[in-house]
Amino acid sequence: MPTQALLLRVGTMYNILVLAGKEIRDGYRNKWIAVMTLVMTGFALILALLGSAPVGSTHISPMAVTVVSLSSLGIFFIPLIALLLSYDSIVGEEERGTLILLLAYPISKPAIALGKFLGQISILSFAIIVGYGCATLAIAVNGDIPLAEQAWPILLKLMFSSVLLGGVFLALGLLLSTMTRDRGTAAAGAIGLWLLFVVLFDMALLGFLSSSAVDLIRDDAVKWIMLASPSDAYRMFNLSTNAETALLSGMAGLREDQGVPAPVLITILCAWILIPLTASCVLFQRRSS
Amino acid sequence: MKMENFPAIDLLQVRKSYRDKIALEDISLTLSNRQCLALVGHNGAGKTTLIKIILGLLRPSHGTIKVIHQDPTSRNFNQLRCSIGFLPEQVLFQKTLTGRETLAFYARLKGLPTNNLDEYFDRIDLRAAADRRVGTYSKGMRQRLGIAQALLGQPKLLVLDEPTTGLDPVARQNIYRIIDEEKKNGAAVLISSHVLTEMDDRIDRVAILSEGRMVAHGSIPFLRHHIGMRSYLKINADPGTCGNIAAMFEAELPVEHPSTEEIVLRCLPEQKQEILRRVMAMETTITDIELIDPSLEHIFNAYSSAPSSGGNHV
Repeated sequence: MPTQALLLRVGTMYNILVLAGKEIRDGYRNKWIAVMTLVMTGFALILALLGSAPVGSTHISPMAVTVVSLSSLGIFFIPLIALLLSYDSIVGEEERGTLILLLAYPISKPAIALGKFLGQISILSFAIIVGYGCATLAIAVNGDIPLAEQAWPILLKLMFSSVLLGGVFLALGLLLSTMTRDRGTAAAGAIGLWLLFVVLFDMALLGFLSSSAVDLIRDDAVKWIMLASPSDAYRMFNLSTNAETALLSGMAGLREDQGVPAPVLITILCAWILIPLTASCVLFQRRSS
Repeated sequence: MKMENFPAIDLLQVRKSYRDKIALEDISLTLSNRQCLALVGHNGAGKTTLIKIILGLLRPSHGTIKVIHQDPTSRNFNQLRCSIGFLPEQVLFQKTLTGRETLAFYARLKGLPTNNLDEYFDRIDLRAAADRRVGTYSKGMRQRLGIAQALLGQPKLLVLDEPTTGLDPVARQNIYRIIDEEKKNGAAVLISSHVLTEMDDRIDRVAILSEGRMVAHGSIPFLRHHIGMRSYLKINADPGTCGNIAAMFEAELPVEHPSTEEIVLRCLPEQKQEILRRVMAMETTITDIELIDPSLEHIFNAYSSAPSSGGNHV
């Protein structure tokens, strides 16, 4: 019965939207959205205003300077807020007793997981776009360059990839929340994930590259090892795929074969979203209630 | 409106075992519409496990289940969930949302319109607080909101897990009133509880669970009769009369003599009328008579402490 199948699919989509809507409303009510947006805007404004001061008469556009600073901010900050938003998605509902109630409703487990993810990524996108948008607008309005001639594309790239980076850590947090049995463990896991991907991975890689062990691997393998971390893929996408930002961030010295094309970087980020998201749905389905 | 009777729940020899322990063993029971069945047992007796199996949230290890003619573990069951209302044992709704927003969220999930929610708030007597945040609600108000959520869309099966735990007597009575209304509307109601004393007349049948087994199953009068629990007939009179009454019944009943002016006869349910008639026929001055039937709580304690050889009785 194709009409029934279609109705079922429409119903599932609707339920996902209902859940996402509740997630957003709750984020708005408990001031999450406001706090996140304010913090993003605050940090971005500080970085932007401080960062653009010494540009003087170089040929680098103030927008490029701002984007380089903002991507450095984002790399620490976005994974953190994403994990904070998502680490208890499932396990938190379970502890409050609302998960068993939801499961008694005509909604599937994957739809619950996807609805939560969709709501959370909307919240995060709002904070990123408003936060970064305010900062760059402040720069653009203060500067001498006419608005129309600003390097808007690199800002859009930054926003787009920041949302993707947030999505990666939202998906990882969701996965964590389906694997843990209590919120405490999930919170500890979230801190662990953040440390691993944002701090430890780069430190370990740096240590490895400066040790003699580096001779054991091929030269071009280094960039792929680096891309095993989504935050490095994000960094590379924002810094090295544009001449100006590359120059500013010291990535301009890369040889042609040391860079990775932008589409590949985006694909990596998307894979980092899709794989944990799928795994969450599968694990959630298997999780005994 | 005439409605045919149908079994909302039909369980046959259901067993649920985990690796090292058996949670439920050989549970068979049926529940028809316009009936209320109480699942009674101590904590850990298997009530919540059984409810999860009925709702299709757990797969039984053995046995057959039909809930509104469908197997709850089948894929098609999801659509049937619109006709099932459920209140979990403990549920904490998002504190930041208002009662109305919470109820609207659940109504949308069931595919119901959200413009007639006032009628639900009226039924649970929460209309005035509907637009306040759930965080400001008292425990009883939150529980009532939970009930409202379960009532959405006129369910054919209403499953309430410990709906009255921790509520004051007035709030409790309100919940039983709603259960009664739902029963009259044609719903089958399954409730679990260990607070039973005050709902004797509202449940049709009781299933007593103890350590995963059903140790008794039947109507309250049946259970009362079957366990052979005696009623207490307490008589206050002058010492002479008390002595006469004691002498009259000593041979046939256990008689207690707490004081010279009080006498307690412990009679079987079927003897009650006859004994009362004989006492009244003595034409003596009796100050007070009190007849105490064993409460459901007493019956429950007797069943769940007795060895489980009692088996199932319908």
